[in-house]
Amino acid sequence: MLDKLKEKPTTRPDYRIIGKPVARHDAWGKVFADTKYANDYTLPGMLYAKVLRSQYAAAKVLSIDTREAVKLAGVEAVMTARDVPHNETVTRFGQTHKVGGFEGLYRVLAEKKIRFRGEAIALVAAKSLVIAERALGLIKVEYEPLEGVFDPVEAMKPGAYRVGEDESNVICSYKVRKGDIAEGFDLADVIVENTYRVPMVDHAYLEPESGVAWLDDDGVITIRAATQVIEHFRGIADVLGLPHNKVRVIAPMVGGGFGGKEDITVETYIALLAWKTGKPVSLTYTREESIIAHSKRHPYVMKYKTGATKDGKLVAMEAELISDAGGYVFLSPWVLLYSTVKATGPYDITHVRVDSHAVLTNNTFSSANRGFGAPQPCFAYESQLDEIAKQLNLSPLEIRKKNYLHTGDSLATGRVLEHSVETEQTAEKAMEALGAPSPPGSPREKIGQGMASSMMSYGRMTFLHDTSRSYVSLELDGSVTVKCGVQDIGGGQASSLAQITAEVLGVPLEDVTVYIGDSALTPLAGTTTATRQLYMSGNATYKAAMAVRDNLFSKAADILDTASENLDIKDRKIFIRPDKTSDPDRVLALDDVVKACAADGVQLYNVAQFNAPARELIDFQTGQGQVFADFTFGTHAMEVAVDVDTGKVNVLKIIACYDVGQAINPLSAEGQIEGGALYGLGYGMVEEVILDKGNTLTPSLAEYLIPTSVDAPDVKTIMVESGGGVGPFGAKGLGEPSCVSAAAAFANAVADAIGARIYDLPVTAEKIIRALGKI
Amino acid sequence: MKTYPVEIKVNGEWQTAEVTARDTLLDLLRDRFGAFEVKNGCAQGDCGACTVILDHKAVNACLTLALQANGKNVTTLKGVGTPDHPHPLQQSFVEHGAIQCGFCTPGMVVSAKALLDNNPEPTRNEIREGISGNLCRCTGYNKIVEAIEDASLKREE
Repeated sequence: MLDKLKEKPTTRPDYRIIGKPVARHDAWGKVFADTKYANDYTLPGMLYAKVLRSQYAAAKVLSIDTREAVKLAGVEAVMTARDVPHNETVTRFGQTHKVGGFEGLYRVLAEKKIRFRGEAIALVAAKSLVIAERALGLIKVEYEPLEGVFDPVEAMKPGAYRVGEDESNVICSYKVRKGDIAEGFDLADVIVENTYRVPMVDHAYLEPESGVAWLDDDGVITIRAATQVIEHFRGIADVLGLPHNKVRVIAPMVGGGFGGKEDITVETYIALLAWKTGKPVSLTYTREESIIAHSKRHPYVMKYKTGATKDGKLVAMEAELISDAGGYVFLSPWVLLYSTVKATGPYDITHVRVDSHAVLTNNTFSSANRGFGAPQPCFAYESQLDEIAKQLNLSPLEIRKKNYLHTGDSLATGRVLEHSVETEQTAEKAMEALGAPSPPGSPREKIGQGMASSMMSYGRMTFLHDTSRSYVSLELDGSVTVKCGVQDIGGGQASSLAQITAEVLGVPLEDVTVYIGDSALTPLAGTTTATRQLYMSGNATYKAAMAVRDNLFSKAADILDTASENLDIKDRKIFIRPDKTSDPDRVLALDDVVKACAADGVQLYNVAQFNAPARELIDFQTGQGQVFADFTFGTHAMEVAVDVDTGKVNVLKIIACYDVGQAINPLSAEGQIEGGALYGLGYGMVEEVILDKGNTLTPSLAEYLIPTSVDAPDVKTIMVESGGGVGPFGAKGLGEPSCVSAAAAFANAVADAIGARIYDLPVTAEKIIRALGKI
Repeated sequence: MKTYPVEIKVNGEWQTAEVTARDTLLDLLRDRFGAFEVKNGCAQGDCGACTVILDHKAVNACLTLALQANGKNVTTLKGVGTPDHPHPLQQSFVEHGAIQCGFCTPGMVVSAKALLDNNPEPTRNEIREGISGNLCRCTGYNKIVEAIEDASLKREE
């Protein structure tokens, strides 16, 4: 199975561990069940928490009576908003540079107006889960139901029901202006115009939200929770009114994140209950609670109009994006900015006008979800590209090849793409691998092929002045310790740091131990979000390991009587590079050099900080400026068979081709690309959180469906390694980019099969039958 | 609530407990026997994370009453193999990169073992059918299918 990897040319074949398909060190603990996830941790005397949630999506809370619940034997605490020291704070994420306009209200427990169905109203801690559940039933809440508003377009209108306390439901609006859009459409020979809709979707990680909190010996509130952001310790401390250094968050291995564990979930609740009772408190959401009450991907309504000359050159694209933020702001302004910058995709378009708005409604709140605002517009612009191609009688690949951005080109925001842009190569390779269409299996079956390309940033927005820190230390026996505050959500965040360190320090991978995810004890490395950990913490770890190696080489050079730059390190041995010595047998054992360093007090550890290139804020009137450090480009190609009588679609082929820069671990990189393809395919094919006036109608994994092993064929992965990324060894980020264009490719393949287009995701059998005019 | 004694052989060792009629095998394994390798992903039979082998059949522990397991053999991931005596499936899952977040892994490996015990040489389609009750959100299933196929071939050797 590794044959295909061996065939793949690597940019720098002399790496020893980088670029090798090695087993991830964390996999052993997982396969032998030694890994303890958030919900596998118990403490003596631990209490069990439950959350009382609103039965209404829009209502006024008139009164809350907790007296009966408090009296129930075994109940140790019942808390409502008035028991929370600072019930309302402002959400900030990680080490955020102070930038206005991106703050969201963080209200721990509901008071005043209920904004969405499932909003937390009260917390209970009891000696058993059964007692906690019974206590919830004894809390009496008197509501005054309100009208609510459930459609973002309605919510934008003057006089609409007000979701929160502010005058308007519109959270924020952005613009991109390039050229003159009217002039652009004048130049166009063909124009297509349509409105596209994408649904609310859930992250559906296998591990529901979970954590345990306790008061440590020194009074520090310690929280061990499934989170992508241990740096929420600051926000939790603000809620409790404690100094930031009195709250500690530990992230064990997380059972999937995808953005759903980026916002605070259980952490504040269990911290409050532990603080109130003085006892350890655990809380795990049920699956129903997870689907109803944690963040979702934003539903969008997108109006797109695109113009091209008769030879296929895109001259104008106009887009209006309306995002449904749900009941609270959370990360909606950030997600919308991502969408706005990426609204025209990886294409060079002469005249561009983008307007975008994020709007509060009484639906479940939306926030981060893998792709963070990129998959929504990708479905729209990739549909438009195919519609233009059809009118001009060009193939999907031809129209795209005439318009792809290349290295050195500028985005519509004016930002010059100075790093590698290999979208065209990924498209050619993907389409070549897709090959000729398969013959239909029956007369009822129509075969279709589709493609879609995308661009997705990795690393946070550059005006946030993002940083990561990592600690690398050589122990006296030559083994290596890495401490870095990353959260490992399954993408190999920890194991890639081990590979980088082992490469630099010339030790076998098994000699490196990585400690992660402790806000008190590991150097803060920022969030495991925004596809930033390999880029940010990979670079920080590389820098720290290089500093340790410099000290080692300095001592070794003294012993070998040569210059440091002549040295190399491999297999725990330091030696003079063959081209720099006539005596290649002079080799020092790593642990001897370590001991010599220790004897002289030479520093054998380093804490390094990597600072992302910082930029000032963009111009919000025109969208001009730099928002991201770099992008990952790629293409999905798919082939489907559609049964035109039933509308059922079988996916026959999935090709995913990405420029990964440099695969640190090809197995992990492929894993991201394969998993991303199915995550995106689910968005295109089946996934939808269905709401009726804010009530979730799909609160289980039997109603909210995600792809299973029989819903898709093997994903064929093709990796381009341009070496042109800004991560360590030229790597680009893959976690989010790998999912972005799959839904669009699927929709385009179905459109090709049935000769009609569906403008709303997911592309279900029912919509296909409707599009065929059969119902 | 009335309780009943049960005796269950978990990974080769008899364990006893008093259970109520509503306790599930998942509750019993996790909360009473400390078998945290049996994961709770939905408690509704939709995700497969709690899959165990009950005598010779893979079942969702969340849909099995503790009383139904009385007198029977239960195999969890820890009973499939250990670091000293790994099952070929465990070796293969690690080597093929079939594990990302790892939360579906215990149920997935147990389902795969049940599949190979009943069908030592499954086709790739049979493998996909065999694990279709186990959701995985990270891998896209490719590497899991490869890992199971490779383990089945190695068992034949």
